[in-house]
Amino acid sequence: MFSARSSYAEILRSVSAGAKRRGLSDEIFPHMRTSEEILRVMSIMTDSVKGYVHSIETLGAVDGPGLRFVVFLQGCPLRCKFCHNPDTWRFEGGEEVTVGEQVKQILRYRSYIKSGGVTISGGEPLRQAEFCLAMIRALHEEGIHVAIDTSGIYCEGVALQAAMEADLLLLDIKSFDADKAKALTGFSTDHAWRLLGEREAAGKTVWIRHVLVPGYTLIDKDAQGKIFEEEEAWKKANAELLEGIRRLKKYACVERIDLLPFHKMGEFKYEELHLPYELKETEEPDEKVIEWAEAAAR
Amino acid sequence: MAFVPGKWSEDIHVRDFINKNYTPYDGDESFLAGPTQATLDLWDKILELRKKEKENGGVLDIDEHTISTITSHAPGYIDKDKEKIVGLQTDAPLKRAIMPFGGIRMVRSSLDAYAREMDPEVEHVFQYRKTHNDGVFDAYTPEMQRARHCGILTGLPDAYGRGRIIGDYRRIPLYGTAFLIAQKRKAKDQILSDVMDVETIQQREEISEQVKSLYELTKMAQSYGFDISRAARNFTEAVQWLYFGYLGVVKEQNGAAMSLGRVSTFLDIYAEEELKNGTMTESEIQEVVDHFIMKLRIVRFLRTPAYDELFSGDPTWITESIGGIGLDGRHMVTKMSYRFLHTLENIGSAPEPNMTILWSPNLPENFKKYCAKISINTSSIQYESDELMREKFGDDYAIACCVSAMRVGKQMQFFGARANLAKALLYSINGGRDEKTGDQVGPVRNPITSEYLDYDEVMARFDETCAWLSKLYINTLNVIHYMHDKYCYERLEMALHDEKIDRTMACGLSGLSVIADSLSAIKYAKVKPIRNEQGLAVDFEITGDYPQYGNDNPKVDRIAAEVVRKFMKHLSKHKCYRNARPTQSILTITSNVVYGKKTGSTPDGRKAGEPFAPGANPMHGRDRSGAVASMRSVANLQYDYSEDGISYTFSILPSTLGKTLEEQQVNLYNLLDGYFTDGGHHINVNVILRKTLLDAMDHPEKYPQLTIRVSGYAVNFTTLTHEQQLEVVRRTVHSKM
Repeated sequence: MFSARSSYAEILRSVSAGAKRRGLSDEIFPHMRTSEEILRVMSIMTDSVKGYVHSIETLGAVDGPGLRFVVFLQGCPLRCKFCHNPDTWRFEGGEEVTVGEQVKQILRYRSYIKSGGVTISGGEPLRQAEFCLAMIRALHEEGIHVAIDTSGIYCEGVALQAAMEADLLLLDIKSFDADKAKALTGFSTDHAWRLLGEREAAGKTVWIRHVLVPGYTLIDKDAQGKIFEEEEAWKKANAELLEGIRRLKKYACVERIDLLPFHKMGEFKYEELHLPYELKETEEPDEKVIEWAEAAAR
Repeated sequence: MAFVPGKWSEDIHVRDFINKNYTPYDGDESFLAGPTQATLDLWDKILELRKKEKENGGVLDIDEHTISTITSHAPGYIDKDKEKIVGLQTDAPLKRAIMPFGGIRMVRSSLDAYAREMDPEVEHVFQYRKTHNDGVFDAYTPEMQRARHCGILTGLPDAYGRGRIIGDYRRIPLYGTAFLIAQKRKAKDQILSDVMDVETIQQREEISEQVKSLYELTKMAQSYGFDISRAARNFTEAVQWLYFGYLGVVKEQNGAAMSLGRVSTFLDIYAEEELKNGTMTESEIQEVVDHFIMKLRIVRFLRTPAYDELFSGDPTWITESIGGIGLDGRHMVTKMSYRFLHTLENIGSAPEPNMTILWSPNLPENFKKYCAKISINTSSIQYESDELMREKFGDDYAIACCVSAMRVGKQMQFFGARANLAKALLYSINGGRDEKTGDQVGPVRNPITSEYLDYDEVMARFDETCAWLSKLYINTLNVIHYMHDKYCYERLEMALHDEKIDRTMACGLSGLSVIADSLSAIKYAKVKPIRNEQGLAVDFEITGDYPQYGNDNPKVDRIAAEVVRKFMKHLSKHKCYRNARPTQSILTITSNVVYGKKTGSTPDGRKAGEPFAPGANPMHGRDRSGAVASMRSVANLQYDYSEDGISYTFSILPSTLGKTLEEQQVNLYNLLDGYFTDGGHHINVNVILRKTLLDAMDHPEKYPQLTIRVSGYAVNFTTLTHEQQLEVVRRTVHSKM
């Protein structure tokens, strides 16, 4: 048994043992030096891959098309100031489940998700790339649509493989400005654009998500600190956002751009976790301004 | 009107008439017509009156001098010239009548509550005329009184009309009262046996009463200028005739639930004829429907404020069942199904009539989508599984009250409210003594004295308690229904039934999620009773986690299903009045709060006085895996052992259901398809907006799983702090998340 937290040697031992149980020779394994190679074999033994699940939501209706079973995986390297799930940040914790167990649970919901599917979210799900990939493959065998909800921070090796095999990628572009992205999340967005490029090249669907945080990704007040009254003036102040949207629209694979207004629903979690909440002073964006932004994104 | 003849042409056979003549409709709602000016004017008048009613403390006016009967009051109108459908319970809209036959005491206390005097003449009559309520208390045993007093048996219809009987109101337009009277007379002639036993005597007397009631109904209709002795000749007459039947019933009976049946597809046959012949336009048809529904919305009964508090308002449960699939495989959705739902758009949302969709995944997609739209916009309709019910009740059944299915005109139930099984569990631990009063209510047993509760021991005791309780329960109901038949017989409703009736004794249980979680805690965690000086377990200490009902966890869901099955098995052992067949429901309406008040702390960690979850819902805040997991736990309960219905209430924010209305509609009907495919029986769907959220802040127990999605994640509204809730409320002004 292994997971994203296992060492390479542990993975190798586990895969080798799994192969033996299935009557396969373990001689091939010493030649494998990358986890991608292991995964080729692993696809036939998904029940031995483990993940760390933060929680599930059996009624997901806004994380991809149709009704969806949403699996939130534990752990995220980003520290988005506006994050409403800081309880998923830590890499420790979460409930340990195998792909087999998780898929079995999902199949109980078949009659609900038949025209929707499964969304793997987080935390950053691709931090547990092996689990994601094995889940996608196992669910595909059952004919179930899978979406991955990611910031794109992991976009190499197994993570890339998983991101490419998902039927839909829900890609969070945190900011259209590199410096602001870093200030807001701790990381740049280069990886996200790279992943978007990969999906574009493969012709695979992407839904973009972009949180509108006043003062960071959205300017809703003029120089005098007053909410914009005129759309044109607002547009001038938000050239960066509008340019970002225009840039996204050029991608044929981008089917939809969801702009999510910043909210403070997660604030109480910061208190519970004794974490500083840096956006205490930030107000939720103005309705009218949100409408202008949404109109631009349509 | 030119109808396809059949068995219905010779005998009373409404189903055959529908089956041979109705036109299934697969299209969408675009054919519907808006309200006419007359409709809007009438509705404005009603809104004005309702406002006054509210300002007046909930009752606009009372006629305390006239004992209400089918013919007691002169005709009443809202605005005679504008009303396409006429008839009021008294001579003025919203004026309430007195109906003392269920219990004169109830009338006295109601009048008292609204500062009215009892009319001496009415008082005089009831010196000589006994009521249902008096009869029941003459026959109750001390044990029955104790069980009732401490609330292990609650909500019993022993002081008011039992309701839950649906007259087949369609018979009046289809046949006219003259034919119905003739048929009843023929039937009476056939009830002759060598020995005049109780059964025969009772039936002959009842049929005579039924015939009288049909005459009275004819007379009442005459006072409005209509001759209902003959069959209806057009659509408007069909609606008017049918409404007169219903009106006669609500002038005579103040029943707990006075349901309408399944009339829309029947009426559509007449409307289709009008459209075919070019004799009515869509707008004219809708106007008649709007006026009919309007009348149903202003049905009023005089009840005590305590009764209204128990049921959170002034409900009449005028349930109309819509949709479903016929035994021949054709769906039964017609244009009239749409028109009925459309009243919620034309004259706004309303709790009455209680429109109930008989859902099947095989209903036409257009109709499913329209239902979802109505739910999202109004939260006014409920859904029940036609798949489960068709198998047991055929394709001409309807729902009485909330979840009770019965074949229209062929089956009735003796309403039995419910037993508080959470209390029964405490009796099992406390040796039959009530945890609140210390009174010995159940049979004397040694209380459980171990430091920690042992699952097997508690289960064995609980089974004993259920055996005792089920017998007491059925016997109590036998007393109640004997007396109701004797002193408050539903003459007109039964006149609209066949003579051969299937009867069920509709028992019920409350506190299911409390028991399931309590037993799960005892089994999977450690539960230590805290006993007072009298040795009564008044609180419980729980160490460790345990699986909770509402998370699709078979460990505890199995316990819940088993409790339901076992209690039903116990009920089935006892002989019921008039050979009724016992059934049960898992339904509390809104009385789960009151039951909670009357029940001490329970081993699941619920504290004394805290509300139960409604119906078969999980305890609020304990279902942590999302609403679908909760639905699966509920759908796991077997309808076979709870044939009188399993109620589940679901609340969701529009924005959680999807981003656009189109998405919300599709998601909602997929959710319903999933739930009913899984074997769910009933679901209340609340798509909640701001005002509901405000209510949820004051009464979190009514909204056990109000979920709010916050872009990528979900939180349970009721677990948020007050400030957070306010926060959500503020942002839902424009219902944006």
